[in-house]
Amino acid sequence: MIVENSGTVLSVRDLTAEVEGTPILKGVNLEIKAGEIHAIMGPNGSGKSTFSKVLAGHPAYKVTGGEVIFQGNNLLEMEPEERAQSGVFMAFQYPLEIPGVTNLDFLRVAYNSRRKVQGLEELDAFDFDEIVQEKLEVVKMNPTFLNRSVNEGFSGGEKKRNEILQMALLEPKLAILDETDSGLDIDALKIVANGVNQLATPDNAILLITHYQRLLNYIVPDFVHVMADGRVITSGGKELALELESRGYDWVLEENVSEVGAK
Amino acid sequence: MSIQVTPDLNQVGVVSSVDTELLSLYQTQSIAVQEPELVSLLQAIRDRAAETVQQSKIPTTRDEEWRFTDLSALKSVNFQAASSSKPNLAALESLLLPEARSRLVFVNGVYAPDLSAVTLPDGIIASNLDGLPPAYHSQIKKYLAQLPGAQEVFTALNTAAIADVAIVWIPKNIVVETPIHLLFISTASNTPIVSQPRCLVVAESNSSVTLIEDYFNQMTNLEAEETEAEVGEAVYFTNAVTEIWLAENAQVNHTRIERDSPEAFHIGKTAIAQARDSRYTCTAITLGAKLSRHNLEIFQTGEQTQTILNGLTKISGNQLADTHSTLALNHPYGTSLQQHKCIVGDRAHAVFNGKIFVPKPAQQTDAAQLNRNLLLSPKARVDTKPQLEITADNVKCAHGATVSQLDDDEVFYLQSRGLNATDARNLLVNAFAAEIINQIPIPSLQQTLLKTINL
Ligand SMILES: Nc1ncnc2c1ncn2[C@@H]1O[C@H](COP(=O)(O)OP(=O)(O)OP(=O)(O)O)[C@@H](O)[C@H]1O
Ligand SMILES: [Mg+2]
Repeated sequence: MIVENSGTVLSVRDLTAEVEGTPILKGVNLEIKAGEIHAIMGPNGSGKSTFSKVLAGHPAYKVTGGEVIFQGNNLLEMEPEERAQSGVFMAFQYPLEIPGVTNLDFLRVAYNSRRKVQGLEELDAFDFDEIVQEKLEVVKMNPTFLNRSVNEGFSGGEKKRNEILQMALLEPKLAILDETDSGLDIDALKIVANGVNQLATPDNAILLITHYQRLLNYIVPDFVHVMADGRVITSGGKELALELESRGYDWVLEENVSEVGAK
Repeated sequence: MSIQVTPDLNQVGVVSSVDTELLSLYQTQSIAVQEPELVSLLQAIRDRAAETVQQSKIPTTRDEEWRFTDLSALKSVNFQAASSSKPNLAALESLLLPEARSRLVFVNGVYAPDLSAVTLPDGIIASNLDGLPPAYHSQIKKYLAQLPGAQEVFTALNTAAIADVAIVWIPKNIVVETPIHLLFISTASNTPIVSQPRCLVVAESNSSVTLIEDYFNQMTNLEAEETEAEVGEAVYFTNAVTEIWLAENAQVNHTRIERDSPEAFHIGKTAIAQARDSRYTCTAITLGAKLSRHNLEIFQTGEQTQTILNGLTKISGNQLADTHSTLALNHPYGTSLQQHKCIVGDRAHAVFNGKIFVPKPAQQTDAAQLNRNLLLSPKARVDTKPQLEITADNVKCAHGATVSQLDDDEVFYLQSRGLNATDARNLLVNAFAAEIINQIPIPSLQQTLLKTINL
């Protein structure tokens, strides 16, 4: 929701980044305020995941220019864990499997690392269990998933739900959800979307990366941006997503060639 | 110390005198037993082994069995027999396992009765040779130094120097409820010392026991301030031999932990005889020593045995840890499940060689071996060699070896959830190690070891 006079959560200016010497992000600009839900759409390979990983601090991506201010702080100077601890959360497009670490232990370690930074006491297994049980409700996840290794043998949809469970526990200020809807059947999509809606508040912000308008029927964005070739080439309201759905990307790309070229 | 040069050793030229020095180490240890019958038994065993030693050479990297493990550093140290040294019980506090109500403690290879404690029901024996009831005196020669492989040079060196023996003897049909802890402590000293501990375990038919065999350097466990300031890392040589006999349907769960000083040398032999229907489980954890070698040899003497071998090596710095296992099956219906993992950091070097023999008579054998290695640095190295020799035609044998590194994306995933890079790496390394450590049937020991594994 757009909230009058709300503070800026994220401000990205002319962000450029490369991987192994190849430029991927070529000048991204984006401003997100508290309470807002933004969606980024765009063709495959346009740099959407790269953008989200750069925000989360993945070491494979080298920032070559521009700035990212998160709640008044220079995000790019922070280690990945500091970003997480200060409220940035990215739900992975492809969540990793971690054999040998139980989901419950993983969730508790993550939860406690956040609490430590907030100056709160770490929770033992017993107290944590109560909290996690409550959060399982958000994504309607079966408690048996807690005792399995992190994401190991989870179906695609179960992995995505597990990401949202982590979001529910960590209560981020900025949640970046990279294709959390991909590969979900309609029931799972409703559950995940409903979970995200429960977690959205006037104080936090959500950045959805998606290819499908379908998700945006359930999580209604305030702004929709189109990313192509490492830039946000156009932005609009939720209607833009509908238009992209029916007309594809070509018209946006064409309309913006002149604009981008003139820059 | 007199140096005898045998004709055989003369032939190897320059290395012979250093060889001889190491090989004459058995002469530094005298028999520490009172009972005349046992003294003469030990003397006979020692004499026979001394002959073997005199005809042996210290292996070099030209020997196939020692290709990756260069013993020159071991040969260049001048080891002395240990002088008596007694740590007090308080210093050992952290090593004691609350689950194990009985322990035998040996300090530099010498039995320490005042540090030991045995609380076992009547008939179950855990003692040194002097504590062995006379009824067993005549029986012991059927077992002591009787397993195949006794000719191997370090085994013979140990046998030629047997001064005393840690004995665990479980009579027929007895299930020992609490684990028995065999603790071998080396104490730091200015002169490098040698100790050659010896264990003998006999599990009679239908008996069951859990054992922890633990090699530790006392100084490495002091408070950090004390260790750094007062003593360097202790240099010593432990040459240990353990023989375990499982009679029909016996079960032995054996945990072996080597956590010697990072400057120590450790060569250990575990030799097992498994009679029909017996079940032997070994969980061997190798953490310490500059150079360590574990020779694990299983000899099946009857059909339908079960053998479970778990191994974990975690080394860093310039450590070298070599595990050579041999599973010699000779009877039908045996099963074996071997899983060996190595975590190698810095410039350390791990070696794994797993032999499994399945000759013609061993039909219906089911053997599986898996070796997984995690390299934590670009200079870390692992040499792994499965060696399956199968001539029986109706068997199931599987083996595999993998080498991997910590996955940057996994580390990042954990960091993105708030763990710092070190904690993230530790969590992943721990998860890799836990699969083996969780096999140890002693919860307190699992906890201690998992903490030690942290980077
Ligand atoms: N680690 C990497 N190494 C090499 N190339 C990479 C790497 N990561 C991304 N790229 C390249 O960067 C470009 C952008 O990839 P990115 O994953 O950000 O696209 P995307 O918009 O998320 O695509 P999709 O919609 O398919 O998820 C692609 O051409 C991709 O191949
Ligand atoms: Mg993507």
